Order: sequence, then C-alpha cells, then structure tokens
Amino acid sequence: MTRFAPISCFLVALLVLGRPALAQDVVVSPEGPVKSLSAAIEQAPPGGRIVVREGVYREPTVVVDKPVTITGEGQAVLDGQGERQIMTVTADSVTVRGLIFRNVGVSFVEDRAGLKVDDARQCVIEDNRFEDTFFGIYLAKTAHCRVAGNVLQGTGATETQSGNGIHLWYSKDIEVENNTIRGHRDGIYFEFVEDSRIAGNLSEVNLRYGLHFMFSDRCQYRDNVFRNNDAGVAVMYTKHVEMSGNRFEHNWGSAAFGLLLKDITDSRVEDNLFVKNTIGVYAEAANRIRFERNHFQENGWAVKIMANSLDNVFTRNNFIANTFDVATNSSRKHRSRFEQNYWDNYEGYDLDRDGYGDVPFRPVRLFSIIVEKNEPSLLLLRSFFIDVLDAAERVVPSITPETLADEKPVMKRIL
Amino acid sequence: MQTTAKVIKYELSDVIRSKWIVLYALFFLVVTEALFQFGGGSARALLSLSNLVLIIIPLISILFGTMYLYNARAFVELLLTQPVDRKTLFGGLYTGLALPLSAGFLAGAGLPFAFHGVEAASHATTLMTLLLSGVLLTCIFTALAFLIAVTFEDKVRGLGVAILLWLFFAVLYDGLVLLLLNAFAAYPLEQPMIALMLLNPIDMARVLLLLTFDVSALMGYTGAVFEQFFGSLLGVGLSTAALGVWVAAPLFWGWRLFRKKDF
Repeated sequence: MTRFAPISCFLVALLVLGRPALAQDVVVSPEGPVKSLSAAIEQAPPGGRIVVREGVYREPTVVVDKPVTITGEGQAVLDGQGERQIMTVTADSVTVRGLIFRNVGVSFVEDRAGLKVDDARQCVIEDNRFEDTFFGIYLAKTAHCRVAGNVLQGTGATETQSGNGIHLWYSKDIEVENNTIRGHRDGIYFEFVEDSRIAGNLSEVNLRYGLHFMFSDRCQYRDNVFRNNDAGVAVMYTKHVEMSGNRFEHNWGSAAFGLLLKDITDSRVEDNLFVKNTIGVYAEAANRIRFERNHFQENGWAVKIMANSLDNVFTRNNFIANTFDVATNSSRKHRSRFEQNYWDNYEGYDLDRDGYGDVPFRPVRLFSIIVEKNEPSLLLLRSFFIDVLDAAERVVPSITPETLADEKPVMKRIL
Repeated sequence: MQTTAKVIKYELSDVIRSKWIVLYALFFLVVTEALFQFGGGSARALLSLSNLVLIIIPLISILFGTMYLYNARAFVELLLTQPVDRKTLFGGLYTGLALPLSAGFLAGAGLPFAFHGVEAASHATTLMTLLLSGVLLTCIFTALAFLIAVTFEDKVRGLGVAILLWLFFAVLYDGLVLLLLNAFAAYPLEQPMIALMLLNPIDMARVLLLLTFDVSALMGYTGAVFEQFFGSLLGVGLSTAALGVWVAAPLFWGWRLFRKKDF
C-alpha cells in the first residue's frame, strides 16, 4: 500500500489544485517555448487545453479552428494594437476563459470584435475582460453557447465610432449571464436570436441602448440592470418575450426610454422596476402584453401607450411619484386594460373596506393629452391653471379617453 | 439717508408688532417641516414647496402690501407734515415691508432645510433658485401692491384690483398662453414661449424652477431650446433683467404717483 502513497498524493494534489499544466496542455508564455497563441492552437490536439501565462501577446488575429479550451492565467493580455480583430472562433466546442482582450480599434469597413464566434456551436466564453474593443463579443450563426461573467468596457465617444458590447446575430439557445457592459454603442444587441436566456447582466452608460433586440422570439430576460444608457432599452418586432425582475433605471434624456416596445406581441413584463426614466414604458403597436407587478417610480411618463397597441393588460403595478402616470395619443376608444393597480394620485375612497377603491381612476390627465398634441405647452407644467383644468376634467371627463380607466384601483401599495 | 433708515426702523417694528409677519414665517416653517416629515426626502419637499411659493407669496405680498399702505395713511400724512421728502418716505415704506416679508419667507422655508440638509448637490441649486425666486416675487408683488394702493383712493376697490391682478398672473395668464398655443399650434412656438414666460414673473420663476428640477428632459425639443436659452449668458441676463424690470417699473410708477398725490 505504502508504495502507492506518493502517486496517490500526486493525484490528490492534481485534483485539488487542478491548475498545473498537464502533460498534454500547451503552455503559452512570453518566455517560450511557445510564444504565441496561434502557435499553441496549431500544436494542441482537438479537445486539448491551452494555458496562457501572464504577459502581453501581440500577434495577427488568432483563429481557433479546432475544439480547444483556452484559459488565461493572471494578466494574460491579447493586444490588437488598434488595428485588427483579436480572436475568431470557427470550430465547435471552444472554451475561452480568463483572458484580457485589449485595443481592437475602430473600423468603418468591418465589424471587428475582441472575440468573434462565426458559425459554431457549444462555445463557452467566460470571465474574460474586454477593454476598448470595438465590438466586444460577437456571435454570428451560433447555437448552444454560453457567455458569462465577462466584463466589457468600451471607450467610444460617439455612436458611429463604437460597436456593441455583446452582439448576437442569427443565433439560437444562447445563455448570456452576469456580464457587465459599459461604454459601448448598444450594451447587448440581438438580431434573429431565438430561445435564449439573458440573466443577471449589468448594462450601463452605453452610448445608445442598454439592450436592443429585433426579430428575437422566445427569449427570456431576467434580473438584469439597465442603467444610465443614453437612450435606455429598445426592443422591436418580436414575439413571446419574457422580461422579469429587471431594473430600468435613470435613462434620462429627451429621447430616452426605460423600455421601448415596438411591435412586440404575446409577451410578459413582470416584476420589473422602472425608476427615474424619462418614459418608463413606451408601447407602440405592442399587442397582448401582460404587465404585472411592475414598479413605476419617479418617471416623467410611467407609461406612454399609443392607440395602435391592442389588448394589453396592466395589473397589480405600482405607480408612484411619476409626473404623468399614463399618456396616450388618442382620446378615442382604447383596447388596453388597466385593473387593480396602485396609483398614488388616486383620490377615491373605499367605503366597503375590501381594499379596492369604489370609484374608477383615470390615469390619463387632460394636460398629458394637451402636451401630446402641442409639445411646448409642457412648459405650463405645475401651473395652477393646469391643476384646476385637470381637476375639472377629472370630475367630468370629456377629452380624456373614457375607456382608459382602472375600475378597481388598489388602495394600498403592492409589495 | 438717516431719515430713510428711521422710516424703515419704524416700519419694521410696526410690522413685527402686528404679528402678521411672525405668522407668515411660522406658516412657511410649519409647511416646510411638514413636507419633510410626511413627504420623505428633500426632493419631494422642494417640489411641493415650489408649488406653494408660486401661489402663496404673490398673494400674500400683494394683499398685505395693499392693506398695509392703506392702513399707514395716517402715519404717511403725519410724516408729510414734517420735513421729510416724499422719495425718502416712499422708499422707506417699501423697504420696510419687502424686507421683513422676504426675511420671514427665508427664515420659514430655509430653516427646515438648514436643519435637515439636502440629499444631493443638485437640490442645493434648486433650493437657492427657490429662495431667490421667493424673494424676487415678494419684491415684485409688494411693488405692485404699492402701485395699486397709491392709484386707488378707495380701499375696497384697491383690494379688489389686487386680488384680480394676482388672479391674472397666477391663473388666467397661463390659460391665455394655452389658448395662444392652441391657436398657433402649426407654428414653431419655442421662441415666442420664452417671450411669454418673461412677461409674467410667476411663470418666469416657475420655468426657472422647472429647469433646475431636470424636467427639461421631458420636454424634448422645447426643453432643449429652453435649456439652451436659460443656460446662455444672454438668457440669464434677460431673465434677470426681466425680473429687475418687474420690481423697478411698478415701483417707479408708484413713486411718481406718490410724489404728486394730494393727501
């Protein structure tokens, strides 16, 4: 038995430490023998591991064309020197972990990225840093991939001179989790992406949208934070979207939206927080969406819903301290329902004490209709005259849409 | 100069003795403190207080000012038998009223903020704007009050005109602006709106407050135009000048009438 002790000790150490390079690992380090990642990929067998030691590597675009796992140790920096894409993955089952991608440089001709995955499956991109990369992570025609724990920091100054943080095009079943994206054009950009899960990401101070997607059916967005983006979040032309537990915060500016929904249908928006946005939710041609248990606080407009949006349901939401609760562009019949929400502007009473107000609440102020028709009149906001006008309209509604009312407003704030 | 100081001194002691001014300060103190207690933070308190300032200060200033000058008639007649020139007397009367009213407001509204503090640096700007516009509105509407009291012999008539004037500036003017906006909806109205707002001191103060509240983001293009105007040197100069004219013009006119008035 004692004869095997040293060997088993070694095996245990191997299991515990895990890190030390195995015999078949290819180690890249500035001291050699393998000095470039490209050379290491050439040497590594399919399914092998490549360990990149601390150092700065400057080499032509690295093409990963076989299934390998690339792991960075310490500060393993791949520098694009401001003139090229850093890594292109074209093989299936590639894992890239713990690397630092730096300095891709702006291009007006091609969509250069720190890391581009082109036509591949089962890729894993984890815990990398992207600094000043034009596009950060770019997935095109991919499936079953995982993008998690990456930190992307862009330094673009204008929309035209910067790329998107995490850019997905024509992909399926992708997990995008716990990434942090700052200073890009769009934080997360999806086009033709299906059946994907986006969770726990932080997307802030981007130059355009925190999240932007089009034609991306059946995706789930959970517990993300979209904060302080120049134009907030805009999503378009998509069915079966599920957004829950997200925070849309402080998207403030004359063209900023907490969440802009254009041509979104059959979707759910639940348990989200909308705080300090110019417009909390802007819905245009959005149909059959269920807004439930959301919290709208201190927005300019909590909800702006255009008359071409049909059959949406707003229920059990909180509306607190918004300048306007609900605005719309038409005083004709409305096809969306508001029921059992909490409105801090509600002045009704609850005589039978069942928790619901006895008179309906009309969230559309007369003034918001006036403003919608004639923008400069917003300058009369908080004028005494306007308050009197609103009060009169509330007593005898004639201009505000009669059907847009909450028949059973909740008396107490919904937790 | 010494005479003016004496008139002001007398006025001050008189105003304070009448306890009006104490009540006035106390009113603002209680309201502001209540807003802090019930409204939560300084942001909400500032917002509610600004609504109050824009309505209450002009009303109290114009009513109290008119009444005060009517009641001080005997005193004015007595002083005019003495070697006191009318300019000194008028200046003394005005300062003696505008000063305690402003001080009452500043103390009442300012103390709770000094005690509780403000949450963010931007709130400090808003608070300064609020206090400043409160003081300016006091000066403007006290001046208007003096003009009314000097113009109309009849006390009841004078008070009626004072109320009407307040109603016009605080409420009706905005109605007219809205009508104008609707009538000329097809035209770009941003520049005319600036002019219209400059013409009404209450609107002027309201817009300045709106802009410090960061509401300009709600206004899209209109907000951008306004922010650009009031952010520029020209804008600041013009708005200050407008408010200055609003103090000086009625005061000057009132003094001219006062100088020739046959008591």
